[in-house]
Amino acid sequence: MSANRFNGFTDLGIGIGLRAPHYNHILTRKPVVDWFEIISENFMIGGGRALHILDQILEQYKVVQHGVSMYFGSAEKLNREHLRRLKELVQRTKTPWLSDHLCWGSVDGRYTHDLLPMPYTFEAARITSEKVREVQDFLEIPVAVENVSSYAEYHDSEMTEWEFLNEVVERADCGILLDVNNIYVSSQNHSFNPFDYVNSVPAHRVAQIHIAGHSKYRKYILDTHDHPVIDPVWKLYERAIQRAGHTATLLEWDDSIPSFQEVHGEALKANKFLRSTVLAEAV
Amino acid sequence: MKLMQLQRTMARAVMQPLTSSERMQRRAPDGGPMKRYASRFIKPNDRLTSFERLEIYNRQYWFRILAALSEDFPGLHAVLGERRFDAMAKAYLIANPSRSFTLRNLGARLESWLRKNPKWAGANQNLALEIVRLEWADIEAFDGKAEPALRPEDLLSAAGPRLKLTIQPYVRLLSFLYPVDDLLLEVRKEDDDTDFASNAFTEHRKRKRVRAVRKLKPAEIFLAVHRIDNSVYFRRLGLEEFSILTALRQGKTLGAAVESAFSKSKVAPEERPLKVQTWFQTWATLGWFCRPEKKRAAG
Ligand SMILES: [Fe+2]
Repeated sequence: MSANRFNGFTDLGIGIGLRAPHYNHILTRKPVVDWFEIISENFMIGGGRALHILDQILEQYKVVQHGVSMYFGSAEKLNREHLRRLKELVQRTKTPWLSDHLCWGSVDGRYTHDLLPMPYTFEAARITSEKVREVQDFLEIPVAVENVSSYAEYHDSEMTEWEFLNEVVERADCGILLDVNNIYVSSQNHSFNPFDYVNSVPAHRVAQIHIAGHSKYRKYILDTHDHPVIDPVWKLYERAIQRAGHTATLLEWDDSIPSFQEVHGEALKANKFLRSTVLAEAV
Repeated sequence: MKLMQLQRTMARAVMQPLTSSERMQRRAPDGGPMKRYASRFIKPNDRLTSFERLEIYNRQYWFRILAALSEDFPGLHAVLGERRFDAMAKAYLIANPSRSFTLRNLGARLESWLRKNPKWAGANQNLALEIVRLEWADIEAFDGKAEPALRPEDLLSAAGPRLKLTIQPYVRLLSFLYPVDDLLLEVRKEDDDTDFASNAFTEHRKRKRVRAVRKLKPAEIFLAVHRIDNSVYFRRLGLEEFSILTALRQGKTLGAAVESAFSKSKVAPEERPLKVQTWFQTWATLGWFCRPEKKRAAG
C-alpha cells in the first residue's frame, strides 16, 4: 500500500537523516540502514568533501532528497537557477522522489532561511500548487510537500491547516511528506486535536513520514529536532500508518546529534508499529 | 490581504533587528507600534499575543543568521573581539540580507561592505579586511568546483610557450599585507582546544596572538588557498610563482606569464628555467591545472 506514484513506487522502510557527525561511522562501519535522507542544499555545491562523501554513500545506500529552501508558498516566482542546480543533484542521486516544505521563506529575493507558516487561503493554495506543479514538471520526479511546525496563525486564514494541505495536494496532484511531530507541535501551539489532522490527510498521497523530537517551552513548543520522539508523537505515527500503510519513515535529528547507533536505534522503534501494518494488510 | 502583501509585511518585521536584550522592537517597520502592526495579521491565542508570536520568528531569524556568520568568520571574530564582531555582524546583515537559498553565501559581500564601511572594521582595518578575504577564500576553496585535473605527464606533452593553462576554479590566489594565514590557523587551533581550557582563557590567548600579528610590520605574503583530499590548505608562494599563476588565470599564455613574472625579478636568469620547471611540476602534482571549462553555447 505504501509504494505509490508519489514515492516512485518504492518501499524503503526506515531511514535517518544523513548528518556530518556520522559520515565517518557510516563509511568505515557500513551499518545496515534502509535509506538516508539528505538535505539537498548541503550538496548543491561545486565540489569538495560533501559531494565526495555523498558519492560514496550513493554507492552503498538508497538516498532520498529533502529540501529546505524551495518555498513553494512564497508569492514570488521560483528561482530558475536554483531549480537547475537541484536537477543536477537529482540526476546524481537518482532520488525516487523529492520533498520540501509547505511554507514560504523568501520575498523580493531576500531569504529568511526559515520555514514560515502559510495563510490558509484559497489564493495561497492556488499559488502554491502551481509552483509545486512547475517544480514537478521541471525535475521530472514526484514531489511531496511537508507540513511544517508553526508558532503563529493569520487572521486571513479561510480553512484549517489540514484543509489547506488537502487543497494544495489535490490541485497540484502531488504527494505528502507527513511530519507527525510537526502536527503534534502545531496542535499544541494552536490547540487543535492532532488526530483530526492525521485522519483527514488523503492517505493514498502519503509518500513518506517524518518523526522527530522537539523542545517544550512554557508557552509554546519549538520544533528543534534535538530529542528522542515522545509517546504522543508515536501514537500519531501509529495512526498515520494505520491509514497510509507501511510507509517510508524517517527520523530527523539535527541538533545535539548523538551517536549514529543512538539515532538509528531511535528510528528503528518505528518497526514496532510498521510490523502491525504488515499483519493488518495480510489479514 | 493578498499573499504577496502579507509576506512582505511579515518579512519586514521578521528581518527587523532585535533590541539589545534580544527582544522584538516595540516600534514596527512602518513607524507605528509593533503591537498594532503584529495584530493586523497575526492572531493571538490563549497563551501568546500577536506580538509574542511574531517575536518567535523575529528572534529565530536573527539567531540563525548571526550564528551562521560567526561560524564562517572565526578569524574576524578574533580580530574584532566579541562585542565589536556582534555589532558589525548585525550592521552587515541589516545592509545585506541573504539573497541566496543557502546560508553558505551569507558572507559573500562582507569584504566589500567592510571596505565601504570601515568604521565596523575595528582599530586595524587592513588586518580585518585581510582576514575576511582569507576566510571567504577558505569557504570558496572548500566546496568550489573541481574540473578533471591535468597530470604532470599531460602537462609535459602539451608544454610550449603558447600554451594556455586553466587553473582549477577552487584554487584562490591572494596577496596579503600581514601573515593572516598563521593568524587564522592559530585561531582555529585555539577553538579546537576550547574543550580543554576555559573559554575566557582561550579568548585571552587569541587576543594576545592578534595583538602580536598587529604589531608585525606589514610584510607582503602570497597565498594559494587550495585543497588536498577535500581539506583546505594555505600554500605560501614566492612573488614570481604568484605572478605566473595570476597571469595564467587571467588567460595569458605560458610564455607571457613566465616572462612578465621575471621582468623585475632578482632571481638570476640562469636559475630561472629550473625553478619554473620545479614549480609547474609541483602545481601539476597538486592538481591545480585542468582542462579549460567547456563554454556554454552562446545565444
Ligand atoms: Fe520534517
